[in-house]
Amino acid sequence: MSDTSLDISRSGFDIAARTGGGSVGDYLALMKPRVMSLVVFTALVGLVVAPGTIHPVIAFAALLCTAVGAGASGALNMWYDADIDAVMQRTASRPVPRGLVSSDEALTFGTILAVGSTVSMGLMVNWVAATLLAVTIAFYVFVYTMWLKRRTSQNIVIGGAAGAFPPMIGWAAVTGGISLESIVLFLIIFVWTPPHFWALALNKSGEYGRAGVPMLPNTAGPDATRRQILVYSIILAPLGLAPAFIGLGGLVYAVTAVLAGALFLVLAWRVYTRREGRGAEQAAWHLFGYSILYLLLLFAVLLVEHISGAGLLGSLPAWAR
Amino acid sequence: MGAVMKLSEEEERRRRTRSIAIAWALGAMAVMFFVVTIVRLGANVANRPF
Repeated sequence: MSDTSLDISRSGFDIAARTGGGSVGDYLALMKPRVMSLVVFTALVGLVVAPGTIHPVIAFAALLCTAVGAGASGALNMWYDADIDAVMQRTASRPVPRGLVSSDEALTFGTILAVGSTVSMGLMVNWVAATLLAVTIAFYVFVYTMWLKRRTSQNIVIGGAAGAFPPMIGWAAVTGGISLESIVLFLIIFVWTPPHFWALALNKSGEYGRAGVPMLPNTAGPDATRRQILVYSIILAPLGLAPAFIGLGGLVYAVTAVLAGALFLVLAWRVYTRREGRGAEQAAWHLFGYSILYLLLLFAVLLVEHISGAGLLGSLPAWAR
Repeated sequence: MGAVMKLSEEEERRRRTRSIAIAWALGAMAVMFFVVTIVRLGANVANRPF
């Protein structure tokens, strides 16, 4: 890490050490509400598509615990990464670098939420879901934030597992176990994560560089990153179709996954071929924005199919499943 | 003796709001555990030895 980032981080912590007056809104911001909403959504899909039944109150408790667990991960990440956040425009306005919440407060808040959400999940839902939630939080905090993020350009490849667990948590809340179907949902998010974050990193490599975070564009260069984005996109497109072949998604899902996957590949190809100037920057932004829509779309169609009944929307012929 | 920290009016207001939010969260959690217990026990909720 550069000297500049260390200096700024120290001044950030000095300010934070004096405060103790964060508002309720500042503490909510510590929980990364936008990330939390995506986590809750994918957990909800895992919960709805799982075979079996769950009482609505228990389902609500499972989603609430997942949301709070995700919030705990966010708070602990902001505690540990305050020095990095302070030097990046995208994150400089977070509560800890702004001195609205001290790092000790963020650590305490995150720890209480992490333990509370995991124990509550175990007591109210089941201990398999609780274990998966604990693994998710631990993976995000210890493996991604503390270990990988500042050390390797593969940080978001391996760390992406943390963001991929929520559908498995939802599935486990209903079934009390892990199965091929929930692993497929996990894999879709896991393979989706690198092209999503590297598309962002291509346009933010300067900021990551200043903060000393070894994102792929900074360590291997933008061209190698574009190649990797394309490789992961080629794996993701057919993988996105997999739920239709294991009985999780119906005909509408299959058509959506084919079309959405094809568009993902087109946008990844544009990122790969447009390497300079405004065109290159736009191609990366388009892929980044579309990648969010892609994941939401796949999971939303799965959700709608299962809520409305697979029979209504049709399913793949038996020979194809 | 340690120095006494004097909170500003704004800090006092924020602390009060935080305390109220924590109280609501703890209350909601207690209600949640109660409701989940009732749901889990189902009809057996009234089935207890006297």
